[in-house]
Amino acid sequence: MSMDRRDFLKIAGITGLLGAGVAAVSGKMPGILEAAVTSPNSNALKAKQWAMVIDMRKFKTQDDYKKVIHACHSIHNIPEFGNPKDEIKWIWTDKFEHTFVGQEHEHISEAVKEKPFVLLCNHCEKPACVRVCPTKATFKRNDGIVMMDYHRCIGCRFCMAACPFGARSFNYRDPRPFIKDNNPKYPTRMKGVVEKCTFCVERLDEGLMPACVEACKDTKALVFGDVGDPASEVRKVLKDNFTIRRKPELGTSPSVYYIVGGGENAG
Amino acid sequence: MYNSGKIIPGIIIFLAIVLFPFWSNLGKANVKPEPKIDTPVIQQMPVEERKCIEPKEFMKAGHMQMLNDWRDSVIRDGNRVFVSSTGKHYNMSLQNECLRCHSNKKDFCDKCHNYLAVKPYCFDCHIEPKENKS
Ligand code: HEC
Ligand code: HEC
Ligand code: HEC
Repeated sequence: MSMDRRDFLKIAGITGLLGAGVAAVSGKMPGILEAAVTSPNSNALKAKQWAMVIDMRKFKTQDDYKKVIHACHSIHNIPEFGNPKDEIKWIWTDKFEHTFVGQEHEHISEAVKEKPFVLLCNHCEKPACVRVCPTKATFKRNDGIVMMDYHRCIGCRFCMAACPFGARSFNYRDPRPFIKDNNPKYPTRMKGVVEKCTFCVERLDEGLMPACVEACKDTKALVFGDVGDPASEVRKVLKDNFTIRRKPELGTSPSVYYIVGGGENAG
Repeated sequence: MYNSGKIIPGIIIFLAIVLFPFWSNLGKANVKPEPKIDTPVIQQMPVEERKCIEPKEFMKAGHMQMLNDWRDSVIRDGNRVFVSSTGKHYNMSLQNECLRCHSNKKDFCDKCHNYLAVKPYCFDCHIEPKENKS
């Protein structure tokens, strides 16, 4: 077959036009998504740095603890394995000597020594877990919340090693069979990912307070708000009371503050 | 031909084995999936408004991309409202929005995905609507 220069150019030109045409048509598809507009909910709660004050004086009976933990664990589909090895916890309790390591001494009041302290993720201003995560599955939101993107978690557990507060749990087993009552509005997790408290971002984004805070709103045992806002309730509580944080010497700057209180009853 | 009594049946058996994937699938996999949209929520919509979030053709080709953008937007940016190209607002949620309308996951999402042999792992965590629990 032979072809002169003129024919060759004609065919090349037509092919080129065709190609450009196809590109223009198929280029339309992604157009919708690129133009897509997303926005926060109009009633979403905003902050510079969310923080919580835990007023241990207000935790008196077993019930005070239970309702707070239940509120969180039921809406977030937390499984109950019944053994501490596999345990998944977002909010839990531990003794003074484990909560404020190094602060205990032999003459500490019996009530404080035995009292269970309420623990959750500290949403540190300088979170160690975020620094070590190789996939950025855990990251800090602009409002200070240390968030988990379960979709990116590869289960390496570096974050668990890095967190000085034991706030993270790993799903060693499929959690689904161990969840009592599914909350159908919230996803579960699966075997092989790490999870923890998220300060209820899904509720804040819709204008609601975290579930644990709402569960004890009659006693105000948990006060939640923006420490970046001088007029906020947390700032007022922090100003009027002596508060301490867990392991401040590590420099992670936790956003959870404790009013330890004195010799009140420990359920 | 020498040994034609052995060679011809041999060739036939050989062809039968080589072509096994073709004849064993005859009439099976070729049934085009027809995702059903007869869920209560969709039935309640006025007929002329029975539309997906974006045009059907776009959803068909682009829903996986869309879901991917949704989860990044929700989890990483805290944006939970999606404004569609027609100006409607949607809650960017897989289990609370897509499956609110498409509550027949087995007859809808799975119909296509099984045909295409894609297995999105989303429902290891995201909870499927009750009525379809097997
Ligand atoms: C408001 C109700 C509604 C919501 C919400 C919705 N859909 Fe749809 N969807 C529909 C309807 C109605 C159709 C059929 C459209 C048509 O036939 O024109 C459809 C069609 C589709 C199709 C094409 C089916 C086919 O036959 O080819 C896909 C894929 C799809 N939807 C996926 C999704 C995904 C993924 C989401 C969530 C991101 C979603 N839909 C959210 C109502 C909805
Ligand atoms: C019209 C047929 C059809 C329907 C209906 C449909 N899908 Fe798909 N889906 C596909 C195709 C095709 C792919 C892409 C396969 C590929 O690219 O490998 C896909 C891929 C996906 C993916 C990405 C999977 C991966 O591994 O990357 C997700 C997530 C998904 N679909 C979710 C849904 C959900 C949720 C629904 C129901 C609301 C749905 N799809 C309904 C055809 C469909
Ligand atoms: C390891 C568990 C897990 C897997 C697997 C998973 N998700 Fe999620 N997903 C979550 C959690 C937890 C949230 C957080 C919900 C929130 O904060 O409102 C979420 C949120 C989302 C959201 C935004 C909010 C919502 O309610 O839907 C989208 C969209 C989403 N996921 C899509 C997907 C898609 C698509 C897949 C599959 C390709 C998938 N997810 C797989 C756990 C998972």
